[in-house]
This record gives sequence, structure tokens and C-alpha cells, in this order.
Amino acid sequence: MLAKRIIPCLDIKDGRTVKGVNFVDLRDAGDPVELAKIYSKEGADELVFLDISATEQKRKTLADLVYHVAENVNIPFTVGGGISSIEDVDILLKNGADKVSINSSAVKNPQLINDLVAKFGSQCIVVAIDAKQIDGEWVVHLVGGKVPTERKLFEWAKEVEKRGAGEILFTSMDHDGTKDGFANEALAKLSTELNIPIIASGGAGRKKHFTDTFIKGKADAALAASVFHFKEIGIKELKEELKENGIPVRL
Amino acid sequence: MKIVIIDYGAGNIQSIKFAIKRLGFDAVLSSDSDEIQNADKVIFPGVGEASSAMKKLRGSGLDKIIPTLKQPVLGICLGMQLMCKSSEEGDTEGLGIFNVDVIKFSDQVKVPQIGWNQITNLRSDLFKGVVENEHIYLVHSFYAPLCAETIAECSYGLNYSAALQKDNFYGTQFHPEKSSDVGEKILENFLKM
Repeated sequence: MLAKRIIPCLDIKDGRTVKGVNFVDLRDAGDPVELAKIYSKEGADELVFLDISATEQKRKTLADLVYHVAENVNIPFTVGGGISSIEDVDILLKNGADKVSINSSAVKNPQLINDLVAKFGSQCIVVAIDAKQIDGEWVVHLVGGKVPTERKLFEWAKEVEKRGAGEILFTSMDHDGTKDGFANEALAKLSTELNIPIIASGGAGRKKHFTDTFIKGKADAALAASVFHFKEIGIKELKEELKENGIPVRL
Repeated sequence: MKIVIIDYGAGNIQSIKFAIKRLGFDAVLSSDSDEIQNADKVIFPGVGEASSAMKKLRGSGLDKIIPTLKQPVLGICLGMQLMCKSSEEGDTEGLGIFNVDVIKFSDQVKVPQIGWNQITNLRSDLFKGVVENEHIYLVHSFYAPLCAETIAECSYGLNYSAALQKDNFYGTQFHPEKSSDVGEKILENFLKM
């Protein structure tokens, strides 16, 4: 049976992990490769690296990082952050990334999804969507949720699927950082109305939230950052609890 | 031991190269037919769309070489699919090594299938030391139905071929190079054949 996936997300700046990552047993907590190895050993199913740097050397630094992660880690990983062209994607995949995730560039130029899918295949193109509710309606936002767009979540998600994306990573800006659970109602609607996998993001605080997002939210995978980085939740114990709740996981 | 990964411009080859390196071997990328024919082990990778990958293969003449190889050959993901008789994707004629037609998943399941599924009914030396129901990583929209050459099964809406074998030719729908320790074991089994 296909397992539900648990995905830690690492924020990267200039080739280093940012935000206090609380791994005492780590030689270098800022080294993404070291962290990736640990998460892989603990049973993470996949990793996401989100590059938030804005330097001119960004492209090369990120490609180097991807190369070193691929060299050391035997589980799949996705790279996102500022990717906006076929060239960007080509470099990352050639260096060993399994998938790339695009966000703002897809909203600004939806044709980019078709172009990337035609060149590299659906299987490696993830479209990330950030949205929050305004007057009861889910509105797609840019720049980490700061800038609202004209687009509505469900229409945009369907368009993204139609244009050939292999997966959707949906982050609820209303839930992100609250540690109060995922946006399960919107997730369930996405999962039911679309026929591609949906990754839930934003709101993880307790183990129960993961159970809820797989059962109530019908998510195919769940992504989180701080609960894993600060060891509030261990991946192995989380998966054991999911299994007890009848959710298929890889243990 | 000389390991050659067939380079025909289709797919993420770097990860396979790294996985082989982690096992203590070296692999070279090559599109040269002499070099491929003289290798001890040949790996035939591939991701992306079937008809354009097949076109690249034909363009390089490798479509004639691969079916004649005598050493162990491992096709991975799209590589495995191209070794079949045909693929529904882009209405593609394959290499015909495996006697099965690749078809698309029905829309009763989410397509593509992405993630970790279990392998069952293992019946080949490729899986020596691997127990039933281990998880392996796959990403695909098309599949090879069960057939006489099936050596491992996977279940996604229905049971299908997770791996195929005919004589010296092996194919895995999953990515051993991305399937954690289980995948490395399978890759190691292949390299030690």
C-alpha cells in the first residue's frame, strides 16, 4: 500500500540552514547535508530544501548544495525558492535534485508549468501554493503570504493540475506558525477535487495534527519544519503513532 | 568491475552514480556503443516522457545495441518501461525485451503515484536479503501489468509489476537509488551478479 509521507522542510540561506535548529548531537547544525542525513536515518520519507537567499551567487551555491545532498542521502528531495526558468530547473536536476518546487513564478507566468512539464516530465514539478482566507474565501498569496493575488485557491489548484504539475504543496498562511493543526477542510477539498497528490503544510504542532491531516484532510503527505528541527516531535515516534491510528506509513 | 550508465540525455543520472559510489563502486556515463558492450554491468536509467526518450535512444542508435547485450542490464523507471514492448505514453514502440505493454493508471487512483509503496511476491536474486513488504520509492503514471516476467509486485488500485526480469535483463519501476537502505541492497545485488 502507498504510504503517507512525512517531509521535514529546511530553510536554506547562502548554502546554510537558517533558524535555530536544535540538534545538539550535530557537529554543525548549519550544514544542510548533515541535517539531511540525520532526518533520513530517522525515517523521513522525503526532504524539502527551501532557498531564501537573494545573492547573485545563489544559483551556483544552491546547485553545489544539491550536489552534496544527492551524494550523501538515499531518499528523494525537492528544491524550491526563486526558481523561475527552464535553466534554473535544469541545473538543479542535473546536480541530483529529484523534484523542484515553483511558486511565485508559476502565478506570474502559468505557462512556465507547461514548459517545465514538457521538458522534464510531471513527476519532478511541484507547484507550491500559499493561501489565506479573506472574507471566507481562500486567496492565493505571494512573497511568503504577504502579497494577495487575484487568484483563488481551488481554481488555481485545478489550473495547476491541468497544466501538468505532478504534485501540489499547499501552505495555509492562516495556520502556518500557529501549531494548531493543518487546514484540513481546504486540504480535503483539494484532495477530493484534484487527482494529483497533495502535500499539507502549515500548522503542525502535535502528533495528532498529522493523524488529522491524513484522515480529515485526506492529504497524501505532510510537511513541517520547526516541530522536527526543535525535536518537539521525533519522526519515528510520529510514524508509530500514525500506524497505531491505521495510517499506512513506512517504518 | 566496469559499470556503465547509459547516457542518452534522459533523466537524473547523478543520483544513480552517487548510489553506486556509496556502495564502493565507480560508474561511468557513456553513450558509446563499444564502451557499453564491453561493460560488466549496464544501467539504463530514464525519467520524463516515453516517446521523446525513445526518440533520443533511436537517434543515438542505442535502441539496436541494448537488446543484444549479454551482461546484466538494469533498467530503472522509464528505462524499464522502454525495455517493454510498447508504452501507451506518446504511443511509443519499445525495445521489446519484456513481453508486456505499458499502460496508464486509471483515474480511480491519484496520478502520478508518488511515494513509498511495498514490494511483494519477490522471486529473483535481485531481491536476495530483501524481505516481503519492504517499502521502495516510485514516481510514475504508467505501469507494466503483471506478466510472465514479473519478479516483484506492487499494489496501487491493482497489482502490477514493480520489477521484471528476462534472462540477463532486469527492470525496476521503482528507484533503487532513492529507496533508502532497501534500494541500496537491491542495487548491490545487481552489481554483484
